[in-house]
Amino acid sequence: MREGGEQLKHTLEGFFFAFVLFTIAVVGIGLGVQRWLPPLASEHGAGIDRMIRYLILTVGTLFVVGHVVLGYFIWRFSRQDRVTYRLASARAEKLWSLIPGIVMALVAEGGVLVIGLPIWQKYYLRPAPPDAVLVEVTAEQFAWNVRYPGRDGRLGRTDPRLISYENPLGIDAQDPAARDDVVQLGVMYVPVGRPVHVRLRSKDTLHSFFLPHFRVKQDAVPGMTIDIWFTPTQTGEFEIACAELCGFGHFQMRGLLRVLPPEDFERWLAAQPTFATSF
Amino acid sequence: MAIEPSVHAHEEPRSFWRRYIFSTDHKVIGIQYFLTAMGMALVGGILAMLIRLQLGWPEAKWPLLAKLFPRGMSGGVMNPDFYLALITMHGTLMIFFVISLGLVSGFGNYLLPLQIGARDMAFPFLNMLSYWTVVPACAIMLASFFVEGGAAASGWTAYPPLSAVEQAVPGSGLGQTLWILGMALFIASFTMGGLNFVTTILNERTRGMSMMRLPLFIWTLLIASILGLLAFPPLTAAAILLLFDRHGGTSFFLPSGLYFGERVLPHSGGSPLLWQHLFWFLGHPEVYVLILPALGVALDLLPPFTRKPIFGYRLTVYSLFAIGVLSMIVWGHHMFVSGMNPYVGEFFAIGTLAITIPSAIIGFNLIASLWGARLQLRTPALFALGSIAFFGTGGLGGIFLGNATSDIQLHDTYFVVGHFHFMIGGVTLLALFGGTYYWFPKMFGRMMNERLGKIHFWLTFVAFYAVFLTQHFLGLGGMPRRYYAFSKFEFLAPIRDLNAFVSVAAFVLGVAQLIFLVNFFWSLFRGARAEENPWRATTLEWVAPTPPPHGNWGETLSEVHRWPYDYSVPGAPEDFTPQTVPPSVVEVTR
Repeated sequence: MREGGEQLKHTLEGFFFAFVLFTIAVVGIGLGVQRWLPPLASEHGAGIDRMIRYLILTVGTLFVVGHVVLGYFIWRFSRQDRVTYRLASARAEKLWSLIPGIVMALVAEGGVLVIGLPIWQKYYLRPAPPDAVLVEVTAEQFAWNVRYPGRDGRLGRTDPRLISYENPLGIDAQDPAARDDVVQLGVMYVPVGRPVHVRLRSKDTLHSFFLPHFRVKQDAVPGMTIDIWFTPTQTGEFEIACAELCGFGHFQMRGLLRVLPPEDFERWLAAQPTFATSF
Repeated sequence: MAIEPSVHAHEEPRSFWRRYIFSTDHKVIGIQYFLTAMGMALVGGILAMLIRLQLGWPEAKWPLLAKLFPRGMSGGVMNPDFYLALITMHGTLMIFFVISLGLVSGFGNYLLPLQIGARDMAFPFLNMLSYWTVVPACAIMLASFFVEGGAAASGWTAYPPLSAVEQAVPGSGLGQTLWILGMALFIASFTMGGLNFVTTILNERTRGMSMMRLPLFIWTLLIASILGLLAFPPLTAAAILLLFDRHGGTSFFLPSGLYFGERVLPHSGGSPLLWQHLFWFLGHPEVYVLILPALGVALDLLPPFTRKPIFGYRLTVYSLFAIGVLSMIVWGHHMFVSGMNPYVGEFFAIGTLAITIPSAIIGFNLIASLWGARLQLRTPALFALGSIAFFGTGGLGGIFLGNATSDIQLHDTYFVVGHFHFMIGGVTLLALFGGTYYWFPKMFGRMMNERLGKIHFWLTFVAFYAVFLTQHFLGLGGMPRRYYAFSKFEFLAPIRDLNAFVSVAAFVLGVAQLIFLVNFFWSLFRGARAEENPWRATTLEWVAPTPPPHGNWGETLSEVHRWPYDYSVPGAPEDFTPQTVPPSVVEVTR
């Protein structure tokens, strides 16, 4: 038998542990019900948000239940003076393990199979629709270059050996397709409600094209051209961030995405100097 | 033909150098590893504090620090290159030189022969060699801070081109070369250690110690060592290729057309993605190399403080195996948005989330082990219980990241930072501490201070949640990791001030570790003398004399008659029955 004072201290310690775990669960709920995601501005993003909300709800529940159960067990069994349940039979162990097994199969595996991968397939496995606006985004330390194909719908050939201060993308002036290309630095304009097909490239190191409001994130890899597409649903000015470590200026590699009504976009694009006129 | 190792072959060396420095005794080597890890943890921890200082108050000036780091913090303001070197080296040191060394090599070496009833590791000389290979690795890593350009700055993942092209980032000079050499030496050492662990577990178990009578910690060491042996060599290969790219003009990871410093580099034909595959082929199993032994410690610390067997021993072993197998085929979940084929991404998402099933079974068994217990909240028990909570929190966060779809938004944000700190930072750290409080009496013959231990636990536990749970939500808000400051982006404006709170909590976490250091060294000299078996535990190490002599056991090796968790056997004279007690004295219950 433990002494009375010792026993009391023990009970208090168990209670304290439980209290801390319950508090963590409550704080978790308090944080989990807040809106953390940046306001949504793209079509496929709704699917990604649905996936995340599903996980916050189900996984969050497991987080709360887990902490409460652990806290309760610690509180309850730190008051006991003897072992009341010793060894489960092999059968009982197997049966009980079905619970975590099934829960995870449903929540984690079920979540990705039923909700997640269909969205993933829609986002990644389908090519951009034919009516999409084509934009080439070329990342470099520490800026975003944006290029539109112009009226001919074709991007001119580039060659890194042609890169110069005036021609940061190394566009080949000999290529007829290059003449009407429109080159911008740091600001990308797109129309609302129409798919945007981004051809992503990098001049130097890895970068990642991150549009927090659009639920778009795609690494830009030197030597590769990666095609992605998304459809903006809101007009306004949004930020482009770099999400893959690219050097000392990584934290300030900021670009802007201006989503305009379609007619404003067409007017803007038509007003821009082309590669032929500016070079 | 079985040869009984003779006691005389293990005669203790007399000289100081052979006894304490170039020792082949697994216990000395274990403690050497442990102390080395502690020293590296101090460095890694200081780096973390500097990181948090910058992120909490990015515009502030610290004139005092300008004197300490004249280059990195000239004028008292941290420069971005130095910040990148800090995060790179913090990650590298903590993962490879603190957790791997302390938990796997330190505890592993010290406990493995004791817990299986052997006199030493299978290859004592190899064991010594592995330790003395890691010492220069540590020295090289630390030295890299003082070379031109500073330490490596391409992240602990060392993605090329940043890590391959000198012009890409200042740390990509000599610092990065030293990083690669340090890693290569570390891997060589860890591979020797792994071979030794596997061989010792399979061949050196004492009579009666069948595999299913092994303590779970030994099981986790076995699986972790096998994983390490399979996963580390590809990284060595990758590191050598990277070295060739850097200094030999090859193009394994570098494509054509790279434009740096106003000229096109002559490389052509390589792919940066190749490095990512090779790195994560190691990197993901490495996570399990760290976390499985941590779970092993947690699982083994529960029975002595619940006074009852662990729940689901067999299923835990099977689950550990399942995790081990699955961990080899899920590396691509680090690369969902890397430009890898999205079809492959689906495979990796499904595979990754399959790991949740065995992991949840282990978590469930940990909690279920408390049912019906006579729980005693001594310091090691607190840490074991804390690591269950961390494992749950970290594991659940992983479900968001293993899911390719939600990972699009969360990849490379603070959600990832919060998640992996709970797993390979939190579970492992608590296991490391819990294990230290628990085995300290065996190692040094003295008890650690209980009151300081409890304060250490509570500060660590609460501050850890404050730091890393908050970071999950910052990640949901889109806050990218590896940013030197969050002041340039408006979308971060609503959440960036939380960083000051996170930093304060991180400082509490840092200070709490000083309590541990004080406790450790105070107890080493002034702690209460420990009894032979202070926790009244059943595993073999507590049958050996304290501290165990060279060769561990007297004339004869002990014989094992039961599994390691025979607590509270009905009708037994005590509430614990050591593994050596024959069935004629106390009934074997499993």
